Amino acid sequence: MTDLLSVLPYAVAGWLLLWGLYGIVTSKNLVHLVICLVVMQSATYVLLLAIGYKSGAVAPVYADMPPGTPAVDPLVQALMLTDIVVEATVAALLLALAVQAHERGGSLDPARLARLKG
Amino acid sequence: MIGALQLLLFILLAVSGMQVVRTREPASQAVAVSFYGLVLALLFFLHQAPDVALSQIAVGAVALPLMILLALAKVRRAEQAREKETQR
Amino acid sequence: MKALRLLLFAAGALGLAAAFVGAGRKLPPVGSYAGAYGEVLNAVALGERRATDVVSAVNFDYRGLDTLGEEFILFTSVLAVATILRRQEDEEDEEDEPKWEPRKAPESDAVRTLGGVLVPLMVSFGLYMISHGAVSPGGGFQGGLVLASAPLVVYLCATAKTFLRIAPPGLTRAGESIGAAGYVLIGCLGVLAGKTFLENVLPLGTPGNAWSSGTILFLNLTVGLAVAAGFTELLSVFVEEVLRREA
Repeated sequence: MTDLLSVLPYAVAGWLLLWGLYGIVTSKNLVHLVICLVVMQSATYVLLLAIGYKSGAVAPVYADMPPGTPAVDPLVQALMLTDIVVEATVAALLLALAVQAHERGGSLDPARLARLKG
Repeated sequence: MIGALQLLLFILLAVSGMQVVRTREPASQAVAVSFYGLVLALLFFLHQAPDVALSQIAVGAVALPLMILLALAKVRRAEQAREKETQR
Repeated sequence: MKALRLLLFAAGALGLAAAFVGAGRKLPPVGSYAGAYGEVLNAVALGERRATDVVSAVNFDYRGLDTLGEEFILFTSVLAVATILRRQEDEEDEEDEPKWEPRKAPESDAVRTLGGVLVPLMVSFGLYMISHGAVSPGGGFQGGLVLASAPLVVYLCATAKTFLRIAPPGLTRAGESIGAAGYVLIGCLGVLAGKTFLENVLPLGTPGNAWSSGTILFLNLTVGLAVAAGFTELLSVFVEEVLRREA
């Protein structure tokens, strides 16, 4: 089982990325498209998490542990934190754009937006 | 034991990620993405990343579904206004 | 047309999957971390910065410049959302708008009691997480988001007027600006002391105390303020549109 666990995170990251991309390509609703983008972004979190993980190590918080205990990589976790905040802001901006596109174009369907004019 | 839990959560993550994409209705997708965010946060916690898990819970399970539902409410109100206009 | 799009996607996805499998085979197996930077950080962060939460120390001290950029990303995006969703002059035709009633307060006692219980919990937990960013898991961003959920619960369990009384737009905008500018000003403290921008120049205390690790505490506070105000502003922009239509 440890053999499976040492490859599964990369496979899950790739799986989520491809499914998110499929959702974006075949989307009929702008809000659905934004959520599929969120799924794609979370694939990168899984990849970063897998890179920084060390089996048998503890979290990089030394509040109750003697300094020197082997811990997982804190730098990759800092990257993931920034990534999560950027995901929230990008989703907010895209949702605002979708609302405005609906107001101007008349529909939330990306295929019908081009034809309807205000 | 932790290994078995991690394996289970990875499989659950893959399945719920696929279901988030396959749910076409945005209102139900908001609930699906909230659950997906929670599973992701549990996975972060099991991989010794508590900071990231806290951030993911706050964003993926609270802020993101909120913004989705608010956007949908605005769109629905605009559609009602447009229907009233074409009825006239 | 749709079949063509799916065919193109399938070709691209197969190529991406093949590249991913090829790369994945060369990656080290998960669990065997071989980098050097992480080990160095874990070894020196406690001694150099007296911060027990190494991730916060990385975010606000070793890589403080990146967090400055991230905070301004948040600031800019809230500004952009407020600009995109503002009422424009050609939306003022009032006879076409359906008669909009304000959302009534929920009549269920359970909802209001739950709101009354949750809000002080969220506020105190959010403040705890923000101020103990250098000690335990948490920090400015996480605590700010928890703090921003408190007005949201107020909005859900009471009317929108109560929500606007707690978080009026002037207050949230002021909070966001003070948070963003405060980060830069604290960074300038380092320049004033003769060292580099965003250097940790305040006295470091004993690790494990909330009053420790120099500028990390104050940077956490400003980031927490900016994030809480920013997300409350985001919520109120989606909602206030409706409210201005009613007023």
